[in-house]
Amino acid sequence: MSDLHLQSGAGGATLSPRAYHLAHEPHPENGTSLGFWLYLMSDCLIFAALFATYGVLGRSYAAGPTGAQLFDLTLVAINTAFLLLSSITFGFAMLRKQKNDVKGTLLWLAVTGLFGLCFLGLELYEFAHLLHEGAGPQRSAFLSAFFTLVGTHGLHVTFGLIWLVVLMVQIGKHGLIHENQRRLMCLSMFWHFLDVVWIGVFTFVYLMGVL
Amino acid sequence: MPGDCLSENNMSSVTPVEAHWALGRLTWDSVPMAHEPILLWTFIAVVLGGVGVLALLTRYRLWGPLWRDWFCSIDHKKIGIMYMILGIVMLLRGFADAVMMRLQQAMAFGDSMGYLPPHHYDQIFTAHGVIMIFFVAMPLVTGLMNYLVPLQIGARDVAFPFLNNFSFWMTTAGAVLVMVSLFLGEFSTSGWLALSNLGAQNPGVGLDYYIWSLQIAGVGTTLSGINLIVTIIKMRAPGMSLMKMPVFTWTSLCTNALIVASFPVLTAALVLMSLDRYVGTNFFTNDFGGNPMLYVNLIWIWGHPEVYILILPCFGIFSEVVATYSRKRLFGYTSMVYATVVITILSYIVWLHHFFTMGSGASVNAFFGITTMIISIPTGAKIFNWLFTMYKGRIRFELPMMWTVAFMVTFAIGGMTGVLLAVPPADFVLHNSLFLIAHFHNVIIGGVLFGLFAGMNYWFPKAFGYKLDRTWGVRSFWLWVVGFYVAFMPLYVLGLMGVTRRANHFEDTSLQIWFQVAAFGAFLIALGIACFLIQLVVSYLKRDQLRDVTGDPWDGRTLEWATSSPPPDYNFAFTPVVHEIDAWWDMKKHGYQRPLTGFQPIHMPANTAAGVVISALSLVLGFALIWHMWLLAGASFAAMVIAAIVHTFNYQRDFHIPASEVTETENLRTQQLRAAHV
Repeated sequence: MSDLHLQSGAGGATLSPRAYHLAHEPHPENGTSLGFWLYLMSDCLIFAALFATYGVLGRSYAAGPTGAQLFDLTLVAINTAFLLLSSITFGFAMLRKQKNDVKGTLLWLAVTGLFGLCFLGLELYEFAHLLHEGAGPQRSAFLSAFFTLVGTHGLHVTFGLIWLVVLMVQIGKHGLIHENQRRLMCLSMFWHFLDVVWIGVFTFVYLMGVL
Repeated sequence: MPGDCLSENNMSSVTPVEAHWALGRLTWDSVPMAHEPILLWTFIAVVLGGVGVLALLTRYRLWGPLWRDWFCSIDHKKIGIMYMILGIVMLLRGFADAVMMRLQQAMAFGDSMGYLPPHHYDQIFTAHGVIMIFFVAMPLVTGLMNYLVPLQIGARDVAFPFLNNFSFWMTTAGAVLVMVSLFLGEFSTSGWLALSNLGAQNPGVGLDYYIWSLQIAGVGTTLSGINLIVTIIKMRAPGMSLMKMPVFTWTSLCTNALIVASFPVLTAALVLMSLDRYVGTNFFTNDFGGNPMLYVNLIWIWGHPEVYILILPCFGIFSEVVATYSRKRLFGYTSMVYATVVITILSYIVWLHHFFTMGSGASVNAFFGITTMIISIPTGAKIFNWLFTMYKGRIRFELPMMWTVAFMVTFAIGGMTGVLLAVPPADFVLHNSLFLIAHFHNVIIGGVLFGLFAGMNYWFPKAFGYKLDRTWGVRSFWLWVVGFYVAFMPLYVLGLMGVTRRANHFEDTSLQIWFQVAAFGAFLIALGIACFLIQLVVSYLKRDQLRDVTGDPWDGRTLEWATSSPPPDYNFAFTPVVHEIDAWWDMKKHGYQRPLTGFQPIHMPANTAAGVVISALSLVLGFALIWHMWLLAGASFAAMVIAAIVHTFNYQRDFHIPASEVTETENLRTQQLRAAHV
């Protein structure tokens, strides 16, 4: 990357073979997107560990209920639709951001937040239902792993929502300035990342669980 | 005495009382000083020392500067120094634990039960391991990387300066939590990886102290890993391609990649263990389908890369030191880089060799045994590269070079016993024995610690502008090296004879002499540490004689020696341009002249208190969770989230150092250089 800089940024001609410093302050690339990607990958590893745990313990029912008995696929399908739709609407918000349209961006972000809330609401309903049936996280290693994996994802969505609200306030306050655009980009990656993880959860936990 | 031990053991298994709304399960009984004279005296010493330091700070009106210029500083150099101080302070605590263990094992034979009851002894070996790895080796390694990486790549700071400050304070918060366990409640008795945890069945606060101190410190480590990777990838000086980076920067890159790739697994493992303890889940329990070996796997998936996280930067230090003091370019730079990368990758696929006895079968054990043995190939390549660098070099045996030679001999021995342990059938015999203890101390002391001493002696003049005193350094060196061999060679012998680790008492009195020799070794190391501390004081007192104004006292080869010592806030007045691997050597060879005019304003990040505040709140949160103070836990967590949000509303995070100030600083240096006739 620095090589690129040498050619484009500083200009090949100004760099005679033995120039040992730049006469002007360089503008190093902003590292936020790379840093945020690295953070997402580290978060991905937490999920990987939880998926692996589920892989090991997912059939340890301890004579308790199995996934096939517990999961309501219709409910989960609706929930999945909420989350996927929220990713699309976030995409619309980013498109409005590209047009520098503050109101449009905020509107689509609000819609995204609503879908996120619906997702969380349904998930909490599902959890309450399971607890009511006596299928809480203490019942078996399978349920421990299930609640932890799905709950960790839900916790991420919750923090994503808090972040979304804070960022909407900041965009309302300062507009789509450079910093806010960067933050929006990070939140967008975070949101889509949670979507990808959910697809894993949906497939690995719910679909394969009812097989 | 034996009766005493029993009552000690029972203390931790008292059924928990109903939690108080504010104090949780904290009661007067959880203050162990009342029944442990050792702790009482430690506490008195800590209080007196603490009051003394606070009084001195007030006396010399240092509170303001300390807060503004250090605690809130986002300067990577100051944060690096604070990491080093944290590491050295915690070294004293971790070593005190080591001495107590060596004394106990030298005494407790036959009728004598020694002076430490088992429950206390178990806490000590756990604390020793946790502190030495997380709060000594990690801060010292991270401190060196923080200080040097931006200088070596010609950058002004790290990529995320605020995050850097936050990471440091999170690490410190974890360390403070471990220290608090000394005086309130107890520490874990489950060993440094909590392998014998039984979830909710282990009701004491010890394991909770362990969990939360590591969780908090782990956040800091992960973030600092991300930070340094981005710094190295994005902020290198123009011309410095990856294959022109100094080797220390290369090893830092690999180490931080390993941090980001492994610490999340530690986080997950600790979360699952906390859920077992706080919620009553069944991850690692023996019933309801739980699987204790799952924990062992998860923790070692982090734990094995962890030891490479520590050793890789030290390989980098040795590479810099050998090249500088041999006055030669490092032999086999490319192979050194590839060896580092190969070790990085391999370190992630060997974790199972820590528990061959799990019963995973011959094929799995063979796979992990072979990958483990393969690691010795790139490591061996490194040793040969260092030796060939020295071959026909003009070697100066300054302190860092002495540590390096001691490392090569000691580490080769430790490496060979490691390959021996990698053979599954041999491991079945040596597993959990003192042979293993001798092996990993051999590589961690002989590798990481010797490396850190080499690094501290090498770069100290860069950070403070004067060299470290040689006489006391030499004394420290010989006491450490001889002390290490005297302390740990007996453990190899004992391990081969089948003596297991972590024992509190021995029946066979014929073994006692070996433990007494080992205790004498620990005494020599204690003197070595004392000499190191005296070295710091003596060097400070003699700083005018030891002063170096050139900024390049060792005739160095890499960019950090191109600037003044200590470097100005902005590191380099002009961003350097790199043409060859040893950038500064190349500049000197071509008669580089320091620019004296044309300075421009420099863009810098601004200090902030947010890191200290959020970390302090996380410390409160951890403490509240340990003691089941749910109200306080909720409040401090909410406060943390709010503090973080408030911080994001601050958009003024940088400023410009005006050109006049840069000119002034640089002119001052010009005058100093003239005065010294350089």
